[in-house]
Amino acid sequence: MELLNELKMHSVSSTDNINVWFKAARTTDFPENGGACVKYKGLQIAVFNFSRRGEWYACQNLCPHKMQMALSRGLIGSHNNEPKVACPFHKKTFSLQTGECLNAEEEKIAVFPVKIEDGFLYIGFAR
Amino acid sequence: MFNTAVTAYNYLINEVLVLKSFAMKRIIVVGNGMVGYKFCEKLTAHSKEYNIIVYGEEPRPAYDRVHLSAFFSGSAADDLLMAPRSWYEENDIALHTGELVTEINRVEKTILTHSGKKDHYDYLILATGSSAFVPKLDGVERNGVFVYRTIEDLNQIKEYASGISSAAVMGGGLLGLEAAKAMIDLNLETHVVEFAQRLMPRQIDDAGSSILMHKLTGLGITIHTNKATTKIEGNGKLEGLAFADGTFLKVDMLVISAGIRPRDELAKASGLNVHARGGIVINEYTRTSDEFIYAIGESAVFNNMVYGLVAPGYEMAEVAVQQITGERDKTFAGFDMSTKLKLIGIDVGSFGDPFCEITAGVPIIMQDRRNGVYKRINISEDGKHLLGGILIGDASQYNLFHQMVVNKMPLPAQPEMLIFGSPRKGEEGAGLKDLPDSAQICACENVSKGDIACQVRDKMVTTLEGIKKSTKACTGCGGCTPMVNDILKLTLESLGHKVKKTLCQHFDYSRQELFDLIKIKELKTYDAVLDLHGIGDGCEVCKPAVASLLASIWNEPIVSQPVIQDTNDRFLANIQKGGTYSVVPRIAGGEITPEKLIVIGRVAKRFNLYTKITGGQRIDMFGARMDQLPEIWEMLIDAGFESGHAYGKSLRTIKSCVGSTWCRFGVQDSVAYAIFIENRYKGIRSPHKLKGAVSGCIRECAEAQSKDFGIIATEKGWNLYVGGNGGSRPQHAKLLVNDVDMDTCTKLIDRFLMFYIRTADPLTRTATWLNKMEGGLEYLRDVIVNDSLGIAQQLENEMEEIIQNYECEWKKVVDNPELQQQYKHFINSEEIDSTLSFVETRGQKAPSDWNPIRQNKLK
Ligand code: SRM
Ligand SMILES: Cc1cc2nc3c(=O)[nH]c(=O)nc-3n(C[C@H](O)[C@H](O)[C@H](O)COP(=O)(O)OP(=O)(O)OC[C@H]3O[C@@H](n4cnc5c(N)ncnc54)[C@H](O)[C@@H]3O)c2cc1C
Ligand code: SF4
Ligand code: FES
Repeated sequence: MELLNELKMHSVSSTDNINVWFKAARTTDFPENGGACVKYKGLQIAVFNFSRRGEWYACQNLCPHKMQMALSRGLIGSHNNEPKVACPFHKKTFSLQTGECLNAEEEKIAVFPVKIEDGFLYIGFAR
Repeated sequence: MFNTAVTAYNYLINEVLVLKSFAMKRIIVVGNGMVGYKFCEKLTAHSKEYNIIVYGEEPRPAYDRVHLSAFFSGSAADDLLMAPRSWYEENDIALHTGELVTEINRVEKTILTHSGKKDHYDYLILATGSSAFVPKLDGVERNGVFVYRTIEDLNQIKEYASGISSAAVMGGGLLGLEAAKAMIDLNLETHVVEFAQRLMPRQIDDAGSSILMHKLTGLGITIHTNKATTKIEGNGKLEGLAFADGTFLKVDMLVISAGIRPRDELAKASGLNVHARGGIVINEYTRTSDEFIYAIGESAVFNNMVYGLVAPGYEMAEVAVQQITGERDKTFAGFDMSTKLKLIGIDVGSFGDPFCEITAGVPIIMQDRRNGVYKRINISEDGKHLLGGILIGDASQYNLFHQMVVNKMPLPAQPEMLIFGSPRKGEEGAGLKDLPDSAQICACENVSKGDIACQVRDKMVTTLEGIKKSTKACTGCGGCTPMVNDILKLTLESLGHKVKKTLCQHFDYSRQELFDLIKIKELKTYDAVLDLHGIGDGCEVCKPAVASLLASIWNEPIVSQPVIQDTNDRFLANIQKGGTYSVVPRIAGGEITPEKLIVIGRVAKRFNLYTKITGGQRIDMFGARMDQLPEIWEMLIDAGFESGHAYGKSLRTIKSCVGSTWCRFGVQDSVAYAIFIENRYKGIRSPHKLKGAVSGCIRECAEAQSKDFGIIATEKGWNLYVGGNGGSRPQHAKLLVNDVDMDTCTKLIDRFLMFYIRTADPLTRTATWLNKMEGGLEYLRDVIVNDSLGIAQQLENEMEEIIQNYECEWKKVVDNPELQQQYKHFINSEEIDSTLSFVETRGQKAPSDWNPIRQNKLK
């Protein structure tokens, strides 16, 4: 469970408390309209290059359903225009904007702010 | 007994209680079983104005007793919990487990527990359930005699079973048969001993029982009816059973399942009315003879009857909650005791009045010994209503018939058609239409047809998922799911929604329509299809569906569009528990050289993979990390292996039997034909997976009749069967043509598969596709064999084209370093996923369990 606490510790509630912008990887390393997993300290962060919408998202890689490190391998898409990711294991879907589970009653996942600078993707953390 | 600490504690409690009781009413629930838990769930959902305190004798919070047997098939005790301890905390419910209530003081309105705790109540709920009835037999105290009721019982059985070889279950009722299946699963030689002359005497008749017995014997269970046990023989531990007829059965273990006895001892001791045959007497408000005490669940007796099922218990819980909260518009009016046997793998259903005992009626009976199907429906004397009946071997109509009884629906003019011949398409829906709104569809959560329709009509819920979320229907045993779905569709249709089988919210087309659009407009990418014919950004449903269409139509390697594939197709391997992948090379027809076997062994050893022979006659290697996949496949491909497409909705295996080459009965070379067919169709993407088999003679050792297409050799040629299925709803394939030569047979399979690929809905196996086809097998034969649509040549050409385009996907990846890029856990590090964890099982590795261990590991 510590992993979840740690995720919470590093998440930010608003853009004000971002203390670390972590330089993750080159934007061109990420597949278009797909995801990849970024390692930050002990954490695994799923990053999605939603090129169809021209948007980027980051969230925890851990699926709260059966505690699998899997979300970066999931399919992305939209539900009534809300961007989402589906866990490859049992297809629970989570909003990439709010982290809310959209088709079941799973715990909310942590989402993180991202920015692109000089062709690199950065993820914002509280610490 | 009473030490000072306890007394002081009680004093304190009393003080606190007196103060508190002004504010909130204290509800004490005795018994934390399924019904006691449901009561808590319902009361807290209703109002937070109550102080709920629960005392349960068992060491753990309430668990799902109905699915107790799952404990033998690997479920952990925690998986069975109705809710974790944290749920009680979150809802401010004080849960005391391992605490037996021993006394009720009705004057003071307090209870006392075995450890000396005293507590005050405003209302007391007795949900003490029942215990297994153990007949007073000589020798019941011997080691090796068990009952089947709690997790502890099962733990003991499991432990005892490890050193023995046989077991008997006493009692051939619903529970007894379930226990017998569990004994089989424990690999024990299993006997069922029944006192009556038939099995399930309260639910089915003699003829039904005889068919059921036949089926159980097929599972390896030996049935002894008409057997009165007189003594349990043994010396310290049990050695066998002696019967009244002088015979003896030697067994190592006995599980008694001879009925239940309501636990009314607490109620009785405190002077509440109890029934002469056991059980706490309640009225229609679930109230006992004391106005502040209610009894619910299996401990209660209403109208001289104990209700040994969960659904009536849940109903009682609802009534009791309404009494306490003052809502009071519901009363308990008895409950229908129709049941369906679960778990054992044989359909058995008994509904309404199965024997025409309550009302005189006329039975109509259909008996098919060959296929082991028995159906009996009892029609009222005026021929207007269904009174009840029995279904064995095929209980697919159980829900519908049950509803027809409960709601007294008018029967069709020829009621016998209900059980003779399969119902024609659409008829089942018509039956649903006539159901009244009050018809209960989900018994576990008490959801009626009206509740579902209302969600659709007034709350705009239009998906099955939505209905599950808003009504909780289908979330219990799940048996009502098909009916709920049908009602959803029916209601949508009645509202004028055209219920078109569209893919998802992004495409307003069916799979078949999209097939044509993609083909005609020559679309090659998902984005092109979405841009031209869809809206939004796609999802996990339409992406793989379109990916499969693109692959079926153009047979371009799926690796060119990885991000629209389901995870298995994206990484060309099955993702498994824990996040590792499995590797399955193709072993066509199950034939393999010793050299290739050695290669598989070498690969598995080098990468420390778990190996297992699959049900598809090949070898699966589990536990590969994503980053190891390209290297593993490189080794395999170098040795001449190809992808086995175990991950794709595509051809899996063609099973073969050894055939005329070696077998003294074989009439054709089934191995050669199987290998030919497997290589012909390998890699083809289809709506669902495809499986085939070829048997060398009528003995059918390759089980061809359980496949999507199965071929059986005859003296004159080959018989071709189509539309078979294993899985949860097994179905035998149907004979399409007989005695055709090999070329004709292959041509017909070409046409059959292509027709299926073109017209089936996503994730629909050939069996379901054929079941839903208007005109059924006759129509299919017209199209495929007689070419009634004039498309046979076209189907063959399309198939030929796909076959020509075949390329091994893994070879492509192995040859192309760029495609290997995605096989890394982290994009910014070469490290591997440190959360992967394994244990050792029987000398090989295995992933750690889903929840408990993994979570520990994460700590
Ligand atoms: C490995 C194997 C079990 C074994 O140890 O023997 C197996 C394993 C899986 N089966 Fe199976 N099935 C295996 C033979 C079968 C058989 C028996 C057979 O093919 O003769 C059946 C029943 C026959 C049939 O399909 O009609 C079978 C009916 C299913 C089903 C139910 C299909 C249905 O129509 O109801 C599923 C679920 C699904 O596909 O949606 C399934 C799904 C699965 C999945 C893919 C579940 C998953 O998503 O993880 C398992 C993945 C294994 C892996 O990672 O490689 N498996 N599965 C067998 C692999 C055969 C092979 O060599 O390819
Ligand atoms: C193997 C098996 C399979 C079944 N399959 C089905 C099925 O398919 N469908 C179906 O509808 N039903 C099935 N049942 C029946 C179903 O489980 C029961 O109807 C249901 O559990 C009854 O719930 P309950 O809460 O009344 O009793 P229980 O679940 O028995 O709970 C009563 C609890 O109260 C505790 N208790 C008793 N006295 C005291 C006391 N004085 N102080 C404190 N605690 C006390 C007991 O220890 C127990 O934990 C099955 C039962 C078994 C054993
Ligand atoms: S899917 Fe197949 S392999 Fe997996 S547990 Fe079920 S039956 Fe076994
Ligand atoms: S583990 Fe993610 S949905 Fe089950």
